[in-house]
Amino acid sequence: MSLILTTKNIFKNFEAIKAADNINVDIESNSTVGLIGSNGAGKTTFLNIITGYITPDSGEVYFEGRRITGTTPRQITHLGIYRSFQIPQIFDSMTAEQNLTISASIAIGHQANKQHLRASERSLITLVKNSMDQFQLGEYRTQLAGNLPEGVRKLLDIAMSLVMKPKLLLLDEPTSGLSADEKFNIMDMVMTAVRSKKIAVLFVEHDMEIIKKYTDRTLAFYNGQILADGTTNEVLAKKEVREHVLGNV
Amino acid sequence: MKDQTYTYITGAAIFLLFLGQVMPKWAVFLATVSLCYGTIVLGMILLVRNGLVSFGHGLYYCLGAYAAGTLRPFWGNSELLVMLAAAIFLTAAVAFILGFLLRKYRDIFFAMLSLAFSMILYGLLSKNAALGSTDGFNVYVDTILGVPLTDFEDPRYVIFGITILGAWISCMLMHRYLKSDKGKLAEAIRDNELRVEYLGANVSTIIHFNYVISAVLAGIGGALMAISIGHIDPEMSYWTTSGEFVFITILAGSGSVIAPFLGAFIFETIRSFAYEYSPNTWQMLLGITMLVVIVFLPNGLWSLFAKIHKKINQ
Repeated sequence: MSLILTTKNIFKNFEAIKAADNINVDIESNSTVGLIGSNGAGKTTFLNIITGYITPDSGEVYFEGRRITGTTPRQITHLGIYRSFQIPQIFDSMTAEQNLTISASIAIGHQANKQHLRASERSLITLVKNSMDQFQLGEYRTQLAGNLPEGVRKLLDIAMSLVMKPKLLLLDEPTSGLSADEKFNIMDMVMTAVRSKKIAVLFVEHDMEIIKKYTDRTLAFYNGQILADGTTNEVLAKKEVREHVLGNV
Repeated sequence: MKDQTYTYITGAAIFLLFLGQVMPKWAVFLATVSLCYGTIVLGMILLVRNGLVSFGHGLYYCLGAYAAGTLRPFWGNSELLVMLAAAIFLTAAVAFILGFLLRKYRDIFFAMLSLAFSMILYGLLSKNAALGSTDGFNVYVDTILGVPLTDFEDPRYVIFGITILGAWISCMLMHRYLKSDKGKLAEAIRDNELRVEYLGANVSTIIHFNYVISAVLAGIGGALMAISIGHIDPEMSYWTTSGEFVFITILAGSGSVIAPFLGAFIFETIRSFAYEYSPNTWQMLLGITMLVVIVFLPNGLWSLFAKIHKKINQ
C-alpha cells in the first residue's frame, strides 16, 4: 500500500504547552486510523496542522509525496483532504438539502475535483441526492439545519465533507455527544460510504468501543507526543496507553 | 414553485413606463428617486446576504454621480451612455482597490471603515473649489446615443425611461446572480465562513467580488440620480445619506430583488408626505416607521409580501 500522508518531526508550542512534540506519522491510502488521547494531548492540533489551519513551528507535512506545510485549508481541500468538525460546522439558516447543495457546488466549481467524478455524477442534483440517500437525510431535506437534532447535525457535517470523493477524510470526534444507539448507526453509514469510495480516514475519538469496532490501527497521543502506534488491539493493551489515555490501570 | 420574479420585474418596469406618461411631475420625481435608491439598495442587500452592512455606500453613490457629472465640465462630453460608463468604471476601480482592505473586516469594523472612506470623499469634495465645494454643481446631458437631448419631444420622459431601464437591467442581473451557485455562497459565508473555506471556496475573493458589484450598483444609482435630478453635491457622500440606504435596506429586507425598490418607494413616500404635512417632526415619523417594521416585521417589509404570496398560492 502506498503512503498518502506523512508528517515529519512536527513541533508546535502554544506558550508553555507542547501541543506537538516531534510527531512522525505515516498513513497509508485506503486505511482507517484512530487517534486517541486525553484532553489536551494534541489531537485536534494535529488535525489542524494537517489541514493547514495551524502552521507547525517546525517539521513538514507531506500529502501524496508533496510537501504541504504552510498551505491554506482551502488549498488543502483542493488536494483532496476534507474534514468534519467536533462541533458541527454547518449553515444553520439553510435547509439540510441546501447545505449539501452548497458543498457540492463549491466542490464541482473547482476543476481539480471534477476529474474524480464520472460524467453521470457531475450534476449537482445527482451529487446531492446520492448524499441524501447514503446518509438517510431525506426526511430532514427541507428542515433548517439550525433546528436539527445533534446527531443529524453531526451526520450532515460529515456528509458535507463526503459530497465529493476526498482522498483523505479527517473526522474530529464524530460520535461525541451522541447516544449509544445513534453512534453506531452514524458510524456504520459513514464507514460504509468511506469504504465504498476507498477513502483513507483518520479520526479522533474518545469512545473506545468505536475505536475497537472501526479501526485497524490506532495512534495514542500524550502531551503532544506519540505514546503508541500500532494495531488497535496492541495499542489499547499497552500499559502506558491504559495509564495515560484510558485511565484504567 | 416557479420563480416569477423576472415577470414581476419586467411587468413593473413596463407599467411604470406607461404610468410615466400620465403621472404628475412630483410623482415622476418620487418614482425616479425610488428607482435610483432601489438600485443602490440592491447592492446593499447583496452585502447583507454576506453578513455585511456598509455604512458608507454614499461613497459610491457620490462617486458615480460625480463621474457622470464631471464629464462635461472637464472633458466636454456629456453623452448619457458615456456618463453611465464612467460611473461604472470609476466605482468598480475604487471598490476593487478598497476591497483589498475591507474584505478583511466584518461587522461594525466593516461598517465603520466604509463610513470613514465615504467621509474622506465628502471632505475632499467639499474643499474642492473646482468641483463647486459644498454647493456642488449642475449636471447636463447633451446627447443620448448621439441624439441631442433637445431633439426629443419630452426629454424628461426619455430620461425617466432610461432610469427605469437602468434599474430594470440591474434588478434582472442581480436576481440571476443571487440564484447562481456563486451568488448563493453569500449566505453560506454569513452563516459559517470557516466551513466555506474548508469546503474549498475563497471567502475573501467572494466578499471582494460582491463588494465591487454593490459599489457599481451604487455608482449606477448615483449617475442616474445626477442625470435625472440635474444637480450633485458632496452631501451624497455624507454619512446620513449612507444611513438612508441602510434604513431602506432594513425597511425592505433582503428576501427579494424587488424589495429594495419597494422599500425605497415607501421610504421616499413617507419622507415626502411627512415633510409636507409635518415639516418639524418628519424624522420622528420615519423613526416610528422603522420601529414598527423592526418590531413586527424583523425580516423587513418583504417578509409580509412573501407571506401573502404564499397564502395566495396555497
